[in-house]
Amino acid sequence: MAYTTFIPPEFRVVIDREACQQCGRCAQQCGWNVYTFDSEERLPHPDHSKCAACHRCATFCPAGAITIKKNDLAFKQSDSLSPDLVKAIWRQAETGGVQLTGMGNDKPYLRVFDHLLLDACQVTNPSIDPLREPMEMRTFLGRKPDFLEVAEEGRAGGGPRLLTELDRQLQLETPIMFGGMSYGSVSLNVHRSLAMAAAELGTFMNTGEGGLHSDLEPYQDHIIVQCASGRFGVDSGYLQAGAAVEIKIGQGAKPGIGGHLPGEKIDYQVSITRMIPQGTDALSPAPHHDIYSIEDLRQLIYALKEATGYKPISVKIACVHNVAAIASGVVRAGADIIYLDGFRGGTGASPTIIRDHVGLPVEIGIATVDQRLRDEGIRNRASIVAAGGIRGSADVVKAIALGADACAIGTAALVALGCHVCQKCHTGCCSWGICTQRPELTRRLDPEWGASQLVNLVRAWTHEMAEVLGALGVNAIESLRGSRERLRGLGLDKTTLDILGVKPAGL
Amino acid sequence: MSRRGAPGREFSPRPAYREEAAQRILGGCGLIGICDQSGERMSGELVLRGMASMHDRGNGLGGGFAGYGIYPELPHLFCFHLLYDDDVAKEDTEFYLKKHFRVVMDEPIPTKPIRGIEDEPILWRYFLDIGEERLHETQLSAEDYVVHAVMDVNSFIDGAFVASSGKNMGAFKGVGFPEEIGEFFRIGDYRGWTWTGHGRFPTNSPGWWGGAHPFALLDYSIVHNGEISSYGINERYLEMFGYRCSLQTDTEVVTYLFDLMLRRHGLSVEMACKALASPFWKDIDLMPEEQRRLFTALRMVYGSALLNGPFAVVLGMTDGMVALNDRIKLRPLVAAQHGEVVYVASEESAIREVCPRPERSWMPLAGEPVVARVSDKGRQKSIAQGRQSVGQRRVAQNATALGVF
Repeated sequence: MAYTTFIPPEFRVVIDREACQQCGRCAQQCGWNVYTFDSEERLPHPDHSKCAACHRCATFCPAGAITIKKNDLAFKQSDSLSPDLVKAIWRQAETGGVQLTGMGNDKPYLRVFDHLLLDACQVTNPSIDPLREPMEMRTFLGRKPDFLEVAEEGRAGGGPRLLTELDRQLQLETPIMFGGMSYGSVSLNVHRSLAMAAAELGTFMNTGEGGLHSDLEPYQDHIIVQCASGRFGVDSGYLQAGAAVEIKIGQGAKPGIGGHLPGEKIDYQVSITRMIPQGTDALSPAPHHDIYSIEDLRQLIYALKEATGYKPISVKIACVHNVAAIASGVVRAGADIIYLDGFRGGTGASPTIIRDHVGLPVEIGIATVDQRLRDEGIRNRASIVAAGGIRGSADVVKAIALGADACAIGTAALVALGCHVCQKCHTGCCSWGICTQRPELTRRLDPEWGASQLVNLVRAWTHEMAEVLGALGVNAIESLRGSRERLRGLGLDKTTLDILGVKPAGL
Repeated sequence: MSRRGAPGREFSPRPAYREEAAQRILGGCGLIGICDQSGERMSGELVLRGMASMHDRGNGLGGGFAGYGIYPELPHLFCFHLLYDDDVAKEDTEFYLKKHFRVVMDEPIPTKPIRGIEDEPILWRYFLDIGEERLHETQLSAEDYVVHAVMDVNSFIDGAFVASSGKNMGAFKGVGFPEEIGEFFRIGDYRGWTWTGHGRFPTNSPGWWGGAHPFALLDYSIVHNGEISSYGINERYLEMFGYRCSLQTDTEVVTYLFDLMLRRHGLSVEMACKALASPFWKDIDLMPEEQRRLFTALRMVYGSALLNGPFAVVLGMTDGMVALNDRIKLRPLVAAQHGEVVYVASEESAIREVCPRPERSWMPLAGEPVVARVSDKGRQKSIAQGRQSVGQRRVAQNATALGVF
C-alpha cells in the first residue's frame, strides 16, 4: 500500500466559523494556496499541510476570525530522535532529495551575544545624557594609513594642511548597513525600499549577487554592488555605479556552497538585471572559478580597483574555523573592508544540513579577526563589517565593542518589511511580497512605506546605541569600537572568554 | 638591603600649610603645571606649595612631581628613576641596564624621612648612555631604544618600575599626599623651567608607588585628573605599535599616545591634541574645505586614540608644557599667565597660591590645548647657568668626581 505522506501538518489553521464574514480575503492573501471554498456558502476550508504560519491571512482577516496554531500531534518523547528529525527522515524517504530551507540557523547553539554584558559609569566618571549632548555615530569604512603627515603651515600661510592622500572611504552616519540580498531572491520593491532607506539614513544597501536594477540608479551613492561567483549583472557600468564593490566569497548561512535561483523566479526584469535568459536557472558556482587561492583574489581585487578608479573593495567571507588567518590573507590581498558573515545569517535558500551545521558565530569571527589583524599590525588597513545574526541594537553594540567597525542586517531588515520568519523563502510563495517574484504578491510591498519602516528601525536602534554610549560615558562610536574592556562574559567558559578577549563578570 | 623600616629615622615637623590643607572637604584628583617660557629655572618649592593648597583633591594614596631642567650637570644622558620592591629587582634591573647601556653614574635618589611616608621602595637613579654601537646594531633610534628598555623593565622584571626615563628631567612620585611626597623627595632642592604636580584620589587602581602620577616615558610626563572611558580601545591601539600597558592605570595610555603621535608620527602638539580630544562632527562639517579634510582624516585615522571620558591632563616635555581638557570639559582646568610664566591647575586657588596676581587667567575651552613653549636658546642658557651654580647635590658632586663635565 502506498501512502501520500507520513508527515503531519506543522500548523493548524483555526477559523472561528461564527465570526467569519465569508469575504474570501484569506484565500486572496494566502500565497500558499491554503484556502479553498465551499461553493455554496463561501466558507474557507484550510489545507493545514500547506500553511507556513506567515500570518498574512490572520493579519488581513477583517473579522479577526483566523488563528494559526501549532499542530499538537503528540510524538513519543525522545531527546535523541526528535519529531523534527523523524519528519525529516520521512520527507527524504519520500523524495530522495536534499532538504532545503530559508532564513538563518534556528538551532539552539550558544548565543554568545546573550552572554555578554555591557558596562556603565557610576560616580568616578560621569555618564553622558544622549538627549543633551552629541552622540557621534559617524563611521568610515575603508583602508586607513598608519599615520598622517600634516604640514604645519598651509597654503598662503593658513592653518595646518593635510599631506597624506587617503584611500576612498564609505561614510556611514550610523554603523548599521543593509547586507547583500539579491534582486531575484527578493523582490524589486524590497530593493527599492532598501535603497531609499539607505539614502535617507546616510548608509548603504548591498545589491547581493543579482545585479542592479535601473530603477535604483538614483540611489547608487548609497549602494554597494556585489560581484559573486555567478557574476550576474556584472559589467563595467555596474561596477562603476556602486559606491564600493563587494566580492562575495561566502555566506554565513551556507559557507562553501553556491546558489541556485530557480527559473520560475527569473522573470523579464530579473533576466535583464542579471543578464541571463528569462526562465533559466541562475546557478552561482560554489567557488569563484577564477579564485582558487589567495593570489587569485588579489588579482580580482586590483582588477576591480582599476575598473572603478580605486573605490573601496569589500570581501565577504563566512565565519569558518580558520577565519582569522583567512581574513589576514584577504586584508593583505588588498581588501579595504572585510565583511564577516556568521552562521546565523539568513539565506533565500540553503541545504538545511549546511545552514544548521556549518560555520561559526559571528561573535567569534569578529573577536579572532580583530585580534589577528592587531597582532599583525594591520588592523587599520581594513574595516570589519559584522553580519549574520544581528537581531537588535544590543547585538550591534556588542559586535562593535568586540572589534567590528559596523554591522549589516539582512533578516532584521526583511522583518521590518513584514517578513514573519517562516523560513520558506526558497519556495517563492512569500505572501508578504518579499521573497518572491509573483507580481500579485510583490506589489503588496509599497517601497515608500518599506523605506519608512527601515528608516524607523535603524533610527530606533541608533537612538538605543546612543543611550548605551552615554551610559558608558563616551560620546563617539570610535571609543566603543574594539573596547572589549567594556564587556564582561556571564556563563561563558574560560576558553571562549580568552578567544573573545573578554573578562568574566566579576573581574 | 631593603629600606623598609630602616631604623633611626627622624621626622621633620609638619609645615603649617599641611595643617591648613587638612581642614577642607574631599574633592578629586588635583594637578598643576608651571612653565617658564624663558627657560629660567624655578625651585620645586613653588609647585609643592601649589599642590599643597589642593590637598583635599587627593586622598593620600598618591602624589608626584615632574621637573624639567633639573639635571643641568648631565643634560645629554638619559636619566632613569627606578622604584624597586627589593634588592633582587634592583640586581636584575642593574644587570639589564649594564647589558644594554653604559651606566655613567648611579646613586640613590635623595630623600628625607617624612611622617606619613612609609614602605617606600628602593629609589635609585641612573644616568645612561646608549652608545653609537648599540644603536647601529639594533637599527633603532635612541628614543625607540629607550622605550624598548622601559617596556622590558616594567613588564618583565618583577618588582622594578621605571618612573621616568628622559633627559634632564625626572619624575618623583609615591604613595602619600603630594606635599609629603614633595618634601620626601626634597624637590625644593631642584630647579627646573617646567614643573608639574599631582595629588591623587585613586579609585580604579591600587595605591602603589608606581601608580602615582606623573607617568613618564622619555621626555614626556603626564599628570591626569579623570578617567579614560575609552581605555580599552586606546590600550589595544597602542599595543599595535608595540607599547605594553602594564601599570594598572588608565593614565599611562595618555603618555604613550603623546609619545606615539608627537615623536613617532611627527604630529604637532596642536594636531595631537585635536586627535585626543577631537572636535565634534557637527563643527568639522562647518569648517572650510581644506580644514575639514584634515580634521576628517585625523578622526578617521586616530579614532582609536580619541580619549573619551572626563579628563584634564598636563603634558610636560623638554620644550614646554601642554594642558588639555576632554572634548566636553568634564574636569576642571584653569590657566593663567604672568610674564613668561604659564600656570595651569585644577583650581585657581593653586595658581594664586604661587602667583597671587597673574596678568591674565582664563578657563580653557573643552578640547582647546593650553601650550607653553620654552625656546631652545632659553634652555641652553639655563643649562649653562645651572652648571655653574651646582654644588649642593650629590648628583653634581658625583658627576664632578667622575669627570663627566
